[in-house]
This record gives sequence, C-alpha cells and structure tokens, in this order.
Amino acid sequence: MALKTETFLVNAGPQHPSTHGVFRMRFILDGEVIQDVEPVFGYLHRGIEKLAEGLTYSQDMVFTDRLDYLASMTNNQAYAVAVEKLAGIQVPERAEYLRVIMAELMRISSHLMGVGFLTNDIGAFLTPLLYMYREREKILDLFDMVCGQRLTYNYMRIGGVSQDIPEEFLPALKKFTDTLPRFIEEYEQLLATNEILLVRTKNVGILTKEAAINYSTAGPVLRASGVKWDIRKAEPYSVYNRFNFEIPTATKGDVYDRYRIKIEEMKQSIIIIKQAMEQLPQGEIQAKVPKVLRPPKGEAYGRIEGPKGELGFYLVSDGATNPYRLHIRPPSLLNLTPLRELVIGVKIADAMAIFGSIDICMGEVDR
Amino acid sequence: MPTFTHNILPTVLNTGILAPDWPAGFWSHMIIFVVILFLFVIFMAMGFIYFERRVISRFQIRIGPNRVGPFGLFQPVADVIKILIKEDIVPLNADKLIHLLAPVAAIVPAIMVFAVIPFQNGAALANLNIGILYIVAISSVSVVGMVMAGWGSNNKYALVSAMRVIAQVVSYEIPLALAIIGVVLFAGTLSMNGIVLAQKIPYILLQPLGFLIYFLGSMAEINRTPFDLLEAEGEIVAGYNIEYSGFKFALFYLTEYTEAIAVSTIITTLYLSGWRGPFDSLPVLPVIWFLIKVFAVFAVIIWVRATLPRLRIDQVMGFAWKCLLPLALINLLITGAQVVFWPNVSQWVFVGVNIVLAGVLIILFSRFFRTTGDKIEA
Amino acid sequence: MKLKNYGEGIAKGMAVTMKNAIRTPITTQYPEKKLHISRRTRGNQLVWDKDKCIACSMCARACPVQCISMATSRDENKKLKVDKMDYDAGVCIFCGLCVEACPQKCLYMDTDYEKAVYSRKKLNFTKEDILMTEKSKPSGYYNPENETKLPKQTLLVDGKLWDK
Repeated sequence: MALKTETFLVNAGPQHPSTHGVFRMRFILDGEVIQDVEPVFGYLHRGIEKLAEGLTYSQDMVFTDRLDYLASMTNNQAYAVAVEKLAGIQVPERAEYLRVIMAELMRISSHLMGVGFLTNDIGAFLTPLLYMYREREKILDLFDMVCGQRLTYNYMRIGGVSQDIPEEFLPALKKFTDTLPRFIEEYEQLLATNEILLVRTKNVGILTKEAAINYSTAGPVLRASGVKWDIRKAEPYSVYNRFNFEIPTATKGDVYDRYRIKIEEMKQSIIIIKQAMEQLPQGEIQAKVPKVLRPPKGEAYGRIEGPKGELGFYLVSDGATNPYRLHIRPPSLLNLTPLRELVIGVKIADAMAIFGSIDICMGEVDR
Repeated sequence: MPTFTHNILPTVLNTGILAPDWPAGFWSHMIIFVVILFLFVIFMAMGFIYFERRVISRFQIRIGPNRVGPFGLFQPVADVIKILIKEDIVPLNADKLIHLLAPVAAIVPAIMVFAVIPFQNGAALANLNIGILYIVAISSVSVVGMVMAGWGSNNKYALVSAMRVIAQVVSYEIPLALAIIGVVLFAGTLSMNGIVLAQKIPYILLQPLGFLIYFLGSMAEINRTPFDLLEAEGEIVAGYNIEYSGFKFALFYLTEYTEAIAVSTIITTLYLSGWRGPFDSLPVLPVIWFLIKVFAVFAVIIWVRATLPRLRIDQVMGFAWKCLLPLALINLLITGAQVVFWPNVSQWVFVGVNIVLAGVLIILFSRFFRTTGDKIEA
Repeated sequence: MKLKNYGEGIAKGMAVTMKNAIRTPITTQYPEKKLHISRRTRGNQLVWDKDKCIACSMCARACPVQCISMATSRDENKKLKVDKMDYDAGVCIFCGLCVEACPQKCLYMDTDYEKAVYSRKKLNFTKEDILMTEKSKPSGYYNPENETKLPKQTLLVDGKLWDK
C-alpha cells in the first residue's frame, strides 16, 4: 500500500543568508526533494534605465557603478565602450592600457568573492571567504589609491579615464601580482581536493552544452559547459588583441567545474596584468571630448566580457544631450534562466550550492 | 517515610555510593555537589563559548572579541545578559506546552551526563559501576527535546530540521555504542573510574579505529560541522530553534555547548586516560590534567569546524550506515579476538597491530565507499 | 562517488588552516590605531574655498542628484557672488563630478571621515559650514597640489596594519 504524501511550500524569502541579495525562491518540496521552484525578484528595482534618460551622457556614468556593485570598473568600461561606439571617439593608448589593468584587477576581485561565497553557502564556516577577502582588501587598496573610492569607482570617462595613476601604484601592483599566485595555490590546497567539497559539488547541477547556449547564458557558466566563447577573443574591444592569454573551459558543467573555471580565470588575469604593466606607454589619458556631448543620431550596442558574463549597453540617441533610451543586458539575470531546470529534482542543500555557483549580484538583476 | 530509612537507605548504603565521612549524611553531600557540578557546567559552557570564538578567529586570521573586559573575558557574560533581556516570542499557532518544554527536555539530559565523570580518583558525583551504559542511555533523550521544538514551532523550516535530527542522531548512536564496547572489553569494567584506572597505555593507541569512529560519531551527535546541517544557516536558517528567543534560546545554545563539553570529557575519559598524568596522587593535579585534555579535544573539534564544509543529509546517512557501522563491527571483532585469545600478551604488541589494521581498513573502505542519491550517475 | 584520496584532501585542508592560524591577524584595532587613508579619497563631504569662487554654478549643474543648490546675484561691481549654497550631504553620492566641473578648482573633498551626526537634519549644510579653514585638510582628488601635502596611504600589500 503506497503512502499518501503531500507536498508543501517553503519560502526561501528575500531575507535569507544564502541568497546573494534580496532574491526570493518559492520551493514546492516533497520531503527533501524539490518539485518546483518559482523565483521572485524585483526587490531592488531602482529604475536606472529611466533615470538615465534625465541626465547627460557623462553624468550617466555614476549609475553604471551601482549596477553590479561588486564589479564597478567593468560596468564603467562597458558603458564607455558603448558611447564611444555611438559617437565615434578614439581612446588614447595609455588610457586603454589603464582600462585593461583595472578591468582585470576587478575580475580577480569579483571571482574571489564568487568562490568565497560559494564555499560559504556549502558550509565552510567563513574560513575560505576570509582568506579571499584578505587578497581582495589589497586590490581595494590599489583602487583607493587611484580613484579615491573602494566600491563605486566612477573612474572611466567617455574617451579615457579620469585621472592618471600615482607613482606608488605600479610598485604596489607588482608586489601584489608577485604574491597572489602563492595564495591561489593555498586556496587550491584547501579546497580543490577536499573530499567533502568534491562530494557536494561534483555531478550537481549539470548544465549541458546545448542547454547553456539555448538559455543564452554567458561568462563562466557558459565556459564551464564546454563552449569556448569569450568576447575578449571573439570580438576584441580595447587592446585585448595585443596580449596572449588562454580561455579555460571545462567539460561537464557542474558546480565543481564552475568553481574551477573561476580559479583558472584568476590565473589568466594575472598574466594579462603582467603583460599590460610591461607594455604601458606614456601619453594622454583622455581624448578631447566636448563638455556636453551630443552624439549623432543612431543606435549602438557595446559589450564587454565582465566577470559574471557578457555585459552590454544598448544606446539610442536622437542628437540631444541626454540619451533617448538606455537598455542594459544584465549577465546575472540571463544566467538565472536555467535555474528552474537545474534545481528540480535535487535536494535543498544542492539548490543552494547551484544558486551560489551561478554567482549573481542583485543590483544587476533588478537594475 | 518510615520505609525510606528501613528499606531504601540500607540498599543505597550497600552499593557503596555513600561518602561515609560526611557528618550530615548522604543527601547533604549529594545536594552540595549537585549545585557545584551544575555551576561548573554552566561556567565551563560559557568558557567554551569564549574559547571557541577566540580560537576560530585565529584560524580566520582575525582577533576575536577582545573589548569586553580584559582580553574579552566577559563576552559570554554580555551575551547572557543580552539574551535574558530579550522578549520571549511565542508563535501564534504554536503548541504552547510543547514549545515551552522543549528546551528543558533538550538540556537536562546533557547536564545529567556529568554525574558519572570522574575528575579525580573516585571523585565522581555518583560513582556508578555501570557508568558508560548510563551515559549511552541518557544522551539519546535530548533528541526528544529537539523534535518537540521542531514540531511545536508551527514552522516548516523547523519541521524539516526536526526530521533531519531524528534521522541523523539515531543513526549515529549505533556505531558509537559499538566503539565503546571495544574500550570496555579492554578495560573489563563498565564503570568510568575503572576504565581510567585500567589504562596503562591510553586507549587511543590501543584502539585507533575505535577512537576515529567515536570521534566522528560524537561530532554527528552534537551537530557540529561537518554534520551541522541541522542548524545550517545557509539553507534552513537555524533549524529547530528558529522560533525561539530570549531565555529558551539561551537554553538551546547552552545545550549545544554542554553536549560539546560532555563529549569532550567522555573522549578524554575513555581514550586519553582521563585524570591520569604525572604526579596524579597529589590532591588537585588530576583535575588540572583532566581540564587540559578536555580543552585539547575541544580545540581539535574547533579546528575541524573551521576547515570543512558541511555534508548533505543523504551523504551523512550513507556515511553512518555504510562506512562507520561495518568498521565498528570489524573493530569489535578484532578487539574481541585480541582479548579472548591472547590475554597474556603485552599490550604494546596490540598497539602496533591495531594501528596497522586501522590504516588498512580505512584505505579499503574509502576505495569501496559510494554515496547514493545523486541525480545523475557518475 | 569514490573517495579516492581516503581523507588526504581533508588533511591537506586542515594543514592550511593550521598554517594560517599562526600568522599575525590582519585586524586594525580601530580607535587606538588608525590607517592613513588614500590621498585621493572622495568619500567625505565637500570643502569650499570661498575666495576663488566665481559663482558660475557649474558644480550645481554637474551634480547627478542635485544636492547642491545655489542662488547667485550681481553685486555693485557687476560681478557674480554667491547668496546661498546649500549642500545636502545626505543626498550626495560622493561621485566627485562637481570637483571635476569647477573651472577655478575651488571645491575639494574632505579627508575627515569621523563626521557622523545624530539626526538627518544636521546633514543639510549651508555655505558657512563647508567653508575651508586652516584646520581642514582637503584631499587630492583632482587636485595634485593637495596630494603632496597628505601622508602616504597605508597599504596592506606592504604588510602594514596601522600608521599612527
């Protein structure tokens, strides 16, 4: 005689220690196994796309800081690339190299946080997270030295960067990139062969190659499923075609592979920074742009490879000082599209691990 | 009552648990030492809270609490005061009697374990000659308290956690009991003081496999990482004590640390030769050795907590039934064979044999161990 | 799922934790020991140099959230002067666009970060409150000559945890 069971509804509400920000998931559980999930978001919606129509192009840079607040530099770069494409502005070489250095440092910092919070969700009681925060602290000190802030940088301008680097920056950066590989090795020793981590993350949340492409994911989620697609190599923007670096991919697409991709990308970022430091030329840091920019009528879509995926800005201009329409393609929101397929049929503990491995930031999802 | 002095008290006297030199008799001895032991447990729990916070902060390259009092020693006092002045919230549709009695049912068995722990030669509150059996029996009762908390809270998170509690704690009782029997076979007695006296070599060397099984099993009993999914902050946000605040939450919090102390003291008594050490015939020195060993065991437990992530519930159950239970049975078989067939061989031979066998068995089992319940096959 | 390393991964992890436990902790015990903050810091309130100001209102026009409100008028020499300059530090997002926009370079960012107040009304500053005095130390954001007057920043990558 079969037992009659009932499913019940559990609300992993907006205030939860494991959802990165205010994200709500309504699970329908049968015992421990998830039957269905309904994500609810929008708790952090601030109306950035509408607000941007009331300000000029150069004032809109401050809004892009606050999208993915953990990776501000790459947001600024994406917006600057989009406007420069629209208005046809050429950026001087020194500014391009500085942008590359800042973007790669930002990528290291964001991946450190992504891996740290993944291990925190799995249960290692803050220890790997705090080790990674120590390195991130050094990166934030470097950013503080250049532009005066630690979180919302507002460093890049349309046509270049806003200020030149002081003379203490390059020696400190060299010291940092010399010591970081040793710490990454320490993280690998702590985490990569840990049996409990392997048992919790292998074969959990497998995203196949076709599914990853069909769901329009991008970034580490796509590369972990086996697709070798990186905008820095496929459509090089800025001066990325002058560096040689590799794009790590993995084969299976489970949580463990996404974690490994982030560690490998950090190592590649260090290689790029070292090459950029050697090739840094002298020169101006900002092109001659009028104080109030009036780009010609038209539209442009500029995209870059951010730490979480492809970040794109779609701009429509009608010749005025303010943009007619600004639309943002958030990588976190589109990486969340396969969430329902990945989560159905696993237990709650695995659902949190899968959610942590996709590595979202709510500022981007809700804009 | 007249029958008390005629029937019960002579029986009590004849079992030898009366301290014969106390002027006021049996009950005054008992009551005074009960109060002293109770205060000792509470203060040790507060000391353990402080110790854990400082040690785990050093593992995370930061300094722990050091502002409240010299070196932060009054931090647990501040915590206790904060918890006591909080408002006591009872959910609307909760089952009030069960909700009220659950913390009591959880903490009382944890404190009762301390009645048979010997702090010195023969100095236990009740020097029972079935000490270890009493401990195994009593420590299973605190599960009832946790399940009452889960049910009486009218909260789905608490219910999920209560179900996990039953599954986990009950499954780990069995390898635990089997590992203890190995020690009892070598010592020849169930009394805790007798086990300490029989350890010429500490039993951690004679029974390495048993020590590992007991250590892992007792970490699962007291809900510590890597088995702390019952109150996993990431998933079900504090589990069965999610709806408790104020003094009842303080009791649950104390239960966790009291059980940790109880487990540390039991491990010290059974495997690390308790109060024994150099110069242990002097009056106070055995207590010092005992406390040092308890803190050392607890430091290892904290070290494990600082490093490892937590397991999933089906992996926990798989680990208990497929890995620990066969190992415990094999350990029992080997120990029994050693005690019965070669009782006159020196124990150092057994040390070497047992360590080699433990290594071989662990390697064999880890090659054949599989967890199940994954969605996709390997 | 085979545990092919029979506990070796866990042992390596615990060795890492023990190695880190012996390092000096990286906390700075705040009020007793302070760090030198960046010389180009821009996280604090504005400092206004009244003598150089020509009342052009470029700062008010550059602000994305309109937290500076200015009222100007012409005095007897037909030169502009500032009547009212209200700065709402609660609305300010510390982006520094006003400092960049000023043609005379008379607006600076402050370096004093211990400015917490008890009520939100006290964050509305008039033009007297943000005046530059001898005691105020403006930061070097967009002003290289101020940068050399401030001490060097304490960097964690140098291994230093405090400076005073």
